[in-house]
Amino acid sequence: MSTTFETVAGIIAETCDIPREKITPESHVINDLGIDSLDFLDVAFAIDKAFGIKMPLEQWTQEVNEGSVSSDQYFVLTGLCANIDKLVAAKAA
Amino acid sequence: MRLEYFQMIDRVEALDAEARTLRAACAVPEESPIFEGHFPGYPIMPGVLLIETMAQAGGWLVMGVLHRFSHMAFLVQAREAKLRSFVTPGAALTAEARILHDGSGYAVIAGAIREGGKRVAEAEIIYRILPFPNETLRARMLETARRVGMPAEWLEQAAS
Repeated sequence: MSTTFETVAGIIAETCDIPREKITPESHVINDLGIDSLDFLDVAFAIDKAFGIKMPLEQWTQEVNEGSVSSDQYFVLTGLCANIDKLVAAKAA
Repeated sequence: MRLEYFQMIDRVEALDAEARTLRAACAVPEESPIFEGHFPGYPIMPGVLLIETMAQAGGWLVMGVLHRFSHMAFLVQAREAKLRSFVTPGAALTAEARILHDGSGYAVIAGAIREGGKRVAEAEIIYRILPFPNETLRARMLETARRVGMPAEWLEQAAS
């Protein structure tokens, strides 16, 4: 988890020019860090590449828009990193 | 090319669905109103249109290979764009595209343009992938895909 978080936080800091110390496991990438949708595409591309995965962003966004899942589950870093770990584990299986 | 109609791709010459690459011919016209302004007395292809040419080559590749024309690829970002040489009226260009990443709701390609084997432009291009916003655009895109020579069987599937 810590490795995933460090990697993701590093990607966000570099891609969005956000000071690394402002990025915590509790940060919500949109509400707290102010990352817009275009910058989030850059972040998603860098995460997909770094972990060799394809984050199902369309599915996540649909679930959040439908209200079936809180956006925190996908867009607070703790939740995002847990989902990345699941995708990496599923790929390795 | 019909610059004033944004028709940048004349003909798809090679499409490899497995390697996810495309090569297309693009003949710069001898005359165009674009050249009256860019520049008076010194006509050269605007750099933004070279970027658009790479975006269209990659767009056909992404829409065809990854989505079989069920979705539209909208240009949202050009990175590391380099315009290495001036391109003048009458130039015979080759546009190339290679898919770098098939993301969820987005795609990334590496684009390039060559003239006589010499690389004149390159860029990494990101698209947002969305459903066609209306039937008019979908029909026109399928028609244009047919004109430039995208595989007929993919277009038949998409139209049905």
